[in-house]
Amino acid sequence: MIGLTHYLTLAAILFTIGVFGIFLNRKNVIIILMSIELMLLAVNINLVAFSAYLGDLVGQVFALLVLTVAAGEAAIGLAILVVYFRNRGGIAIEDVSQMKG
Amino acid sequence: MTLTSLAFYLFASVSVASAFMVIAARNPVYSVLFLILTFFNSAGLFVLLGAEFLALILVVVYVGAVAVLFLFVVMMLDIDFAELNEGFLQYMPIGATVGLILLLELLLVFGASSTLVDKGQLPSATPEGMTNAEALGRVLYTDFIFLFQTAGAVLLVAMIGAIVLTLVKSNNPKRQDIAKQNARTREDGVELVDIKPGEGI
Repeated sequence: MIGLTHYLTLAAILFTIGVFGIFLNRKNVIIILMSIELMLLAVNINLVAFSAYLGDLVGQVFALLVLTVAAGEAAIGLAILVVYFRNRGGIAIEDVSQMKG
Repeated sequence: MTLTSLAFYLFASVSVASAFMVIAARNPVYSVLFLILTFFNSAGLFVLLGAEFLALILVVVYVGAVAVLFLFVVMMLDIDFAELNEGFLQYMPIGATVGLILLLELLLVFGASSTLVDKGQLPSATPEGMTNAEALGRVLYTDFIFLFQTAGAVLLVAMIGAIVLTLVKSNNPKRQDIAKQNARTREDGVELVDIKPGEGI
């Protein structure tokens, strides 16, 4: 029988993969952004699982808000990436500290 | 093993495997495609949890908008990805250590928590005789209307921010000047040329 812990374990694994991805692809900003999306997805799975567990819809409302923020974050992050690429001709993350601001 | 458990294990295993491929794939285009696969399988998990509306929103927003945006940026930027993947194995030990510790801690929390008693099959949060979208709308537009409005404001700010960041200012923008248009007279714009027959201009 599939219970709460199954979903929590799955979300924990997905979150860990996200953290692992940030460590692994230290130079590739695009993969880092995708890893952040994975972590937010894991959080959403947790919220929806608890929403079902407690019989309360608030968890799903909050998951909706997380989804909104994730979409905005992806849009802004990719916009910054495009501007950064335009200015420097590359997306090497070592030089990001030179943005100064 | 019931059909629900079978579906859960299918969706969970595929989403974990594709999430791993997101971070392990050499080509970022493949990463984005695996990200889409992960989101589809998570949408399936949401359906199993009785959150059909969120499942469809996940597909529409993530697969339809965010993943396509990622794909667009990956393909638009001319990046040497082989160079970016150089330090891949260098960070492997520390990443694996941190990830393993984090996973163990999270699993320990679930295992040791006394409040998380597994009640067997998860009930659906949707009340009886109501669709999930209807129930969600009833709380979203009443109790959480300010949060909902704030989410809209966040999206608006994100949209304006993205436009402001990527807008290329042109030196000679072709803007409409209404006053100039209205001040034009017939003499400015039209010239009568007397063409002799059979010669052309």
